[in-house]
Amino acid sequence: MNYVFQFETLLREWPLLLDGLLLTLRLSVTAMVVGLAVGTAGAAASVYGTKIMRIFMRCYVELIRNTPFLVQLFMIFLGLPAIGIRLSPDAAAATALTINIGAYASEIIRAGIEAVPHGQIEAGTALGLTRFQVFRLIVVKQAFMTVFPALSSQFILLILGTSVVSAIASEELSATANSIQSRTFRAFEVYFIVTAIYLFLAIFFREIFRFVYRRWVHKT
Amino acid sequence: MIRDFSFLDVLILLRATQWTIALSLIAFIGGIALGLVIAIMRTAKYKIPRIISMLYVELFQGTPLLMQLFVLFFGMNIIGIKVNAWTAAAIGLTLYTSAFLGEIWRGCIQAIPKGQWEAAQSLGLNYLHQIVLIIFPQALRIATPPTVGFLVQVIKSTSLVSILGFVELTRAAQLVNNATYAPLLTFSIVSIIYFMLCFPLSSLSLKLEKRLGKIDLERTKTKNLENF
Repeated sequence: MNYVFQFETLLREWPLLLDGLLLTLRLSVTAMVVGLAVGTAGAAASVYGTKIMRIFMRCYVELIRNTPFLVQLFMIFLGLPAIGIRLSPDAAAATALTINIGAYASEIIRAGIEAVPHGQIEAGTALGLTRFQVFRLIVVKQAFMTVFPALSSQFILLILGTSVVSAIASEELSATANSIQSRTFRAFEVYFIVTAIYLFLAIFFREIFRFVYRRWVHKT
Repeated sequence: MIRDFSFLDVLILLRATQWTIALSLIAFIGGIALGLVIAIMRTAKYKIPRIISMLYVELFQGTPLLMQLFVLFFGMNIIGIKVNAWTAAAIGLTLYTSAFLGEIWRGCIQAIPKGQWEAAQSLGLNYLHQIVLIIFPQALRIATPPTVGFLVQVIKSTSLVSILGFVELTRAAQLVNNATYAPLLTFSIVSIIYFMLCFPLSSLSLKLEKRLGKIDLERTKTKNLENF
């Protein structure tokens, strides 16, 4: 083995890596927040909705869960322009990530809603709350408490999954790695460092979720 | 546009599906073998194998598969092992699968009541026999649904290999799209093919899970492991 590792050449590239990291964070957080809203609405639709809404939700969830994210991304970035909807790489990436996480989130939250004991809902109704108030004040809160761990591990997988959007040249962390390696030819070093950054991100977010869980969700 | 989308393109996609299936099977079989080792190490009596396997799982679950593939692809070439995209993909997916399966099975092994281990010990069985004769047959029952479910994740994960340049279903779709410029049609067909591979497996996993009943499921503390 006569390969000389050169991590120093990469030190000069830090502004690029930082930009990539920021976009990765922006994409992840956008998808988490919007995906959570989609997931909550979707879960409500699949539990309380009309038959058509429930069938729609079933199709949405199964379609997303049984096809690769990369194909979904290509469908949005390459397929939609054919019907006149043209998105920039970043917008396409954010849309695809949100649609994807929305399906997983609605499935997780649905399980949480179904786990809320029926007596809770009856108690709410007996207090004179409307159906929406019961949902908002009683069901959602308890459902989120139950599914918090599952949702947070799904969100961490989402952060790692954002690397896939480099395939459509959205300049996040992985795409930055691609462009640095094509300029410096230090492929191994670049990918090694970027992988380490992802590992750090995953651990960092996991600890944040754990902290939130212990502090506010499941007080011990 | 070089040519119109025709039935020929559907055949190209179906041919490429064979590679997706082959790659999934290799990763799954390799992942089962290595995942078994990880699961045994994770539940071992001694600290060192437990720590090593924990770091292994942490590393592969905490980094994107795409980056793992790149590091492996370039890393192996550096240490003098010339690998092509196919070998890198097979090795990368196997390692990734083994980390996830190992973690799923750790949960299943730990779900077996302690009394079973003690009973096996008191019968004078050695560690290997305890595991093979007493623990595994029981763990296998609760491990089957999540394992089948993870096969779906493996199939979906193989699509990332297209970024390395290996021609499987997703890469073939890109090539067909470049030639025909019919992205909606091409990627719809590809989605249908993936769906037909994955949906029966996820349904089977769900059916097996329901058959297990509630008590078994509460015993397995495996976390949510679905990914992209």
